[in-house]
Amino acid sequence: MNLVTPDTGLLFWMVVIFALLFFILARFGFPIITSMVEKRNTAISDSLKEAEKVKEMMAETVKEHEKMLLEARAEQGRIIKEATEAKKAILAEAQEKARAESDKILSEARTQIAAEKESALRDIRREVAVLAVSVSEKILREQLSSDAANKEYLDRLYTEAQTLSKDSAKEN
Amino acid sequence: MKRLILILLASLATLSAAADSPVNHEGDTLDLRSRYDNNAEAEPVMPSDSECISSTDNTLDIGGIIFGHIGDAYEWHLFDTPKGPVELPLPVIVRSRTTGWHCFSSHKLSHGAVHEGFVIGDEGKVVELTPAGPVRPLDISITKNVLSLILSSILLALLVLLSARWYRRHDVLHESPSGIAALMEPLIMMIHTMAKENIGEEDYRKYSPYLCTAFLFILLNNFIGIIPFFPGGANLTGNIAITMVLAIATFLTVNITGTKHYYREIFWPEVPGFLKPIMPIIEVFSALVKPISLTIRLFANMLAGHIMILCMVCIIFIMARFSPVLFGSMTAVSVLFGLFLDLLECLVAFIQAYVFTMLSSIYIGLARQKH
Repeated sequence: MNLVTPDTGLLFWMVVIFALLFFILARFGFPIITSMVEKRNTAISDSLKEAEKVKEMMAETVKEHEKMLLEARAEQGRIIKEATEAKKAILAEAQEKARAESDKILSEARTQIAAEKESALRDIRREVAVLAVSVSEKILREQLSSDAANKEYLDRLYTEAQTLSKDSAKEN
Repeated sequence: MKRLILILLASLATLSAAADSPVNHEGDTLDLRSRYDNNAEAEPVMPSDSECISSTDNTLDIGGIIFGHIGDAYEWHLFDTPKGPVELPLPVIVRSRTTGWHCFSSHKLSHGAVHEGFVIGDEGKVVELTPAGPVRPLDISITKNVLSLILSSILLALLVLLSARWYRRHDVLHESPSGIAALMEPLIMMIHTMAKENIGEEDYRKYSPYLCTAFLFILLNNFIGIIPFFPGGANLTGNIAITMVLAIATFLTVNITGTKHYYREIFWPEVPGFLKPIMPIIEVFSALVKPISLTIRLFANMLAGHIMILCMVCIIFIMARFSPVLFGSMTAVSVLFGLFLDLLECLVAFIQAYVFTMLSSIYIGLARQKH
């Protein structure tokens, strides 16, 4: 059976052609393809790693951002609170001031009113006194037509004037 | 372009075959058997499809048909016509011990003709007629298998070099491969990665081209062997000479580049003292058996596949002699089984190429161990 006995001619050609094929492909074929594909593979894995890194960085940035946002919000709250407090304080102060001012004005007005009242009373009193004097003068002029009466009256007037002057001296 | 060449070759072959073929005087194109008979009488030497009915009992010579298909031949049988087979004559290159080199076309030897003292002998090989009897000369003819080997090697070289050209001309970082490069890349990278896994990071690069060549060579020739017509059909990977050369290439690669540790394991392994003289014998034997097993595995698998498909086809012609019902039903069955076996062969073609390459890489990996 010639199936299991290798044929010399075919052996010879197989050795020659396979060796030739191997040298051509090993020199100009496979190394180029495999090196290029490996280059691409490393490039791909590098880019994947890079992408992973970028992703991580992004996550960190987002976290930082959120943190900053939270901080800003807290700051905002704080500022608003402070502002509210300041407003309240200012308002209270202003009210206080206004109250003090009004009190002052009121008291001033009161003293002025009292003073004016006093002076008005004094004026009235003086007016009344003048009127009384003039009235009494008129009455006296009627009554003092007699000498006796005149004299008596003069005495009395005299004493009265004396006490009056004493009073006024006391008052002054 | 390729088709043009094919047509040219075919027409040439037709012309040459027509010149030599015996004229079928009966002219009955339908009666295949009578034509077989005529041809069988005219050409008793080489078994081929058209000659495989023995003239005595009118039965098909199944063995002849099958061995005609899986064996080698000095001419490439293309197809049969009513006037006879159309064959592509191939150059016969022989060196006689007495008369030196001879080179002539194989059609000069057809039908048992004697040319320059050479004739095709009973074994189907060219023999020299000497006074002392037929002598086998040194025969390096371009046979059917050799031509198929040349064509498939050119095809493989073109496939790989063209895809390598794509990688040289394009920026791999910005383009994905297309065309031949996209076809070849997965196959090549599969073997490259396998080499990396089995041989190790350090020196797999040295071996990867050999493994890739072996894998693609076996795969391509397995597939070409399944194609039933020219330029396919040569049973290359089912030929023991081819698988033997491949296995010896692996054997040499393993043993030439083996590390000190590998040889120490063979000749002075760490075993109890009384085993020391026995172990080298076993280890050397196992090292020698590895290429033999590689040879036989690929050869036998491919051969068996081809034989099974051919048997399925032959069933049709065997059944032609029996009742039409049996003939018809068995034809359907054998066509279905033939289709199944063809598909199975496609799978086996890949598996055997892969197994050969994987075992080669494992053997190389074992020989590259450093501790």
